[in-house]
Formats: sequence, structure tokens, C-alpha cells
Amino acid sequence: MPETSAHLSREDVAHLARLARLAVTDAELDTFAAQLDVIIGAVARVGELDVADVQPMSHAVAMTNVWRADEVRPSLPRGDVLAGAPAVEDDKFRVPRILAEES
Amino acid sequence: MITWSAAETAAKIAAGEVCAVEVAQAHLERIAAVDDKVKAFLHVDTEGALAAAAAVDAKRAAGERLSPLAGVPLAMKDVVVTKGLPTTSGSKILQGWRPPYDATITSKIKDAGIVMLGKVNMDEFAMGSSTENSAYGPTHNPWDLTKIPGGSSGGSSAAVAAYEAPLSIGTDTGGSIRQPAAVTGIVGHKPTYGAVSRYGLIAFSSSLDQAGPFARTVLDAALLHEVIAGHDPSDSTSLDVPVAPVVTAAREGGRGDLTGVRVGVVKELGGEGYQSGVTASFEAAVATLKSLGAEVVEVSCPSFDYALAAYYLIAPSECSSNLARFDSVRYGLRVGDDGNNSLEDVMSLTREAGFGPEVKRRIMIGTYALSSGYYDAYYGQAQKIRRLIANDFEAAFGSVDVLVSPTTPTVAFGIGEVLDPLTMYQNDLATLPASLAGVPAISVPCGLADGLPVGLQIIAPTLQDDRCYRVGAAFEAAIPSVLANIPEL
Repeated sequence: MPETSAHLSREDVAHLARLARLAVTDAELDTFAAQLDVIIGAVARVGELDVADVQPMSHAVAMTNVWRADEVRPSLPRGDVLAGAPAVEDDKFRVPRILAEES
Repeated sequence: MITWSAAETAAKIAAGEVCAVEVAQAHLERIAAVDDKVKAFLHVDTEGALAAAAAVDAKRAAGERLSPLAGVPLAMKDVVVTKGLPTTSGSKILQGWRPPYDATITSKIKDAGIVMLGKVNMDEFAMGSSTENSAYGPTHNPWDLTKIPGGSSGGSSAAVAAYEAPLSIGTDTGGSIRQPAAVTGIVGHKPTYGAVSRYGLIAFSSSLDQAGPFARTVLDAALLHEVIAGHDPSDSTSLDVPVAPVVTAAREGGRGDLTGVRVGVVKELGGEGYQSGVTASFEAAVATLKSLGAEVVEVSCPSFDYALAAYYLIAPSECSSNLARFDSVRYGLRVGDDGNNSLEDVMSLTREAGFGPEVKRRIMIGTYALSSGYYDAYYGQAQKIRRLIANDFEAAFGSVDVLVSPTTPTVAFGIGEVLDPLTMYQNDLATLPASLAGVPAISVPCGLADGLPVGLQIIAPTLQDDRCYRVGAAFEAAIPSVLANIPEL
């Protein structure tokens, strides 16, 4: 088990920001690194209790296999959905290129 | 007219003493007069409100039966999607977005003839305890405009306390209904997790988020609770059980007799860290409950001391996943799409520009807590503590009917006064355990400290929401109105 009295470095926070797709600025990195270190240090208290035999609880109400009736229902009108999108082309969401141009 | 309770307003509309359009107009005028000071509303839907009110009047004129809250105005938290009406969740990333559908609770409110006046302010994505994290500026507490109205549902609490609406909807993930209700001197209830559909709530922490009512009286809150609660096939975590008889309970409680009701004072939710004025007001409230016939005992729930640590791992973990949907593709902001930046760059630039600092902090904490190598030590461990907290509740409810505590450790603090994130999190000390266990809890005004309202939290076992309302209504009937002391705006 890793040290729970972790100390987050500026580099750690830069890595987290990349994973979370946040293009944070250098100034933000300084602030966040200091703040997250304090917060993580405080929540690391969860490691103080011996809970080896305790079942984790992910949800207030344990439910499995919740199905709704298999009925055909109208979808949202395409135009209404696309109206909220930042960019649309040919009745589709337009996104920046994800593949390099073929030569 | 604006000072009437929701129950009174509905009765007068049903009896034809006043028409719904007049009621809507009076509230719209009030908003126009005071909201430049309170800043509860992000969007006022004058046209929609008047049309909904006119529909109620037409229904009455046609001799149709009106539902119990028909014609009563309501303010909707901006985290709840409303078809065609701007919905931002307090974030810049959703500025200008108009949802293509209604949340289940929005539909239920419309179907009940309740008149939606508009959308109200909140901490961005419901993360905060003061509304200072809203991208659109803070809401001000109508008791003292230099103070916070609580959060994250601070627009909802301020609108009701400022008589801009008799009812509002909030959501509570770690205290976001109860804490704002407490610091503005009104009633707020977090239902049992699963009692109210989450379909159409912009998700923060899915295993904790729950919508509920704000009102100036316990009975009004119960009336709104009955409208929004119930099973919804569109939410797989919605409970397929009958709605708790909360209105009946509020009426019964209003008779002021708590003989035989066993009340547990939670040892861990008080003492150190709680302001002396809050403690004094709470102790007086406990004495009042005794005078109504309740048997009061002290109860210990030792794992509650770890609720804050567990919550601030679980909620950020879930939010880091939920907020991944803001990827600049299907809705909201897009930044940096200049033809050169990659999709990932555009996502990162958009999220950087669209999210405020608290949201970024929580996304990064969650990303950290869920990352490989740390999962067991943080998220896994927090989930086990969550179980211990639920077990403590179960044990406590073996010997008492309800648990009580102060709702918040302090009265409303000044806007701009709390700058450190961890200090801000301490506001949730008393409200977090019920959120983690999914049990229902209400905050009812219990007095003043330094001239500002204090809330009494009443917690009940899962699905026994009616107990919160019964005890809350009995208590409310036994003390002078706290809200009567609110200064003129």
C-alpha cells in the first residue's frame, strides 16, 4: 500500500491535470499543488481506521439488474439535440480532426 | 401576497379568492424589486411563469380539479434541466445552453400546475457551501447582504427567504439543501436517496445527489416533496416504493405532540468546532423537543468523525468521472478549435476555460484517488468508512426514532471570508453522515445566534422521511417564527 501521508508535488499535479484534460496555467499549478497537498493530507485520515473486514459501500441502496420496460419510445428530435452543440455539420456533431491527413 | 405560505396560496387560488396570474405577477415584481441585491436568479422566465399561471386559472374556470400546489410559484435550481430554458449548473462551460428535455422533477412540477419563475444560482456543479463558486457571481443572504446564503443551493434558499418565491428546489450531495436552509432561516429537506428521481439533474456525485424541497414552513416542504417524489423508470437508482406520507406527518406534527418519540442527540455532531451561539440554540431546541413529550438520549456514532475525509474522496472521485462528459463535443463551450489543435488539446483548453477553480480541484482530487496504486488507500478505504457510517446509523436507529444535531457548525459567514478550500469543507461536518448513508434529513430553523439563523437537523432512517416532517412540524409549531426577524430588504 502506498504512503497515505502523501505529498503532492507540482509535477504530480501537472500529471493529474493532463489526465483530467485540464490545460492549467503555471500560476494555477503553484496554487493547486499547495491546496491539493493539504486536502489530500486531510482526507488521508481514512487510512487511520482498521477496516480490513468491512465490505465497501458504493451506494446507499444496493440494487442489481435494474431494467426498465422494453418499450419503444420516441427519441429526442435530432435538431433539438444538435442545437446545443458547439459545432455541427451534416446533421452530426463536428469535432476537431483525430487522424492525420492521408498522404 | 408574497408572504403567504404555499399551502395558503394554493387554497386561495382554489377558492377563487385570488388568481394564479396575480400571484405570479406579485412574485415577479418582488424579484424585480429585490433581486439586484440578493442575486438569487440566473434567469427569470416571466413569459413562461405567466403562461403557466394562466393555464391554472383557465383550468379552474373550466371547473377542473386543481392539484394541491396549483398556481404556487417556485424557483428552480439551475442544476435541474428545463426544456428550452437556460441551464448552466452555475458553470461557464454551459453558458447559453438550452436543454432539449425536462428533468423528471421539472415535468412533475409542471404537471402539478406549479409556476416556475426561473432558474436560481448555485455553486458551480453544486460544489461548494456558499454560492461563491458560481461562475455568475455570489448570491447574497437576505438576512445580511454581506453574508453567504449557504450552498450549493444558495439561490434556492435566498429566493425563499427573500420572499421571491414560497417554494424552491435544491439538490443535496453533502448538505447542499440543509446547510443553505439553516443559514437563511428556512426549511430544507434531503429525501432518502432514491426517493426523488435524478433523471435530468446534472450529475455531481451520482451515489449521493438527491433533489429536495425548500419552503418557509414544514408543511409547504412536505407538499412539494409529495409532488417530486416517486419511482421513475428513467433513473435506475430510483426506489420503486410508495412515497412516504410526508404531508400527513407534517399535519400530525403540527399538533405539537411528540409523546413517545425517541430522539437521539449525536455526540459527534457538536462540541468542538461548533460556534457557541449555534450550540446554545441547539440545546434550547432539544429542551423544546423534551417539552413536547419526546424522550431525549445521547447517542454515539464514532465513525462520523471520518465522514468528512470519506466524503471528500468519494464525491470528487464520482465527479471526476461525471464531469468527463464536458468534452466540448455535444453541448456547451468549445475553445481552441482553430484547425491546428488536436481534439485532446481542444478538450483540455475548453475544460480549462470552462471550469472554475473548485471544480478543477475536485476533478484532480478524484483523478488522484481513483488512480492505479492509490485506489485502495483512498477511494476503497473511503467506501469502507461509508459502510461504517451506515452501520452507526443502523445501530442508533435501533434505539431511537430520529437523530438530531445542529445543521451547521456556524451561522452564515461573510462573502469572501473563507478562502481556504479545506476550511470551506468544514461547513458540511454535520450534514455529511446522512448523505453518505443515504438517509433522509431535514433542517428546520431553531433560533438566532448573533442575529443570524441557526438550523436544527433531524435525521431519520431510510424511507422514513415522514419522521423528519413530523418532528420538524411539531418543533416549528412550538417556537416563535425565526423568519419573522428577517430585516426588510
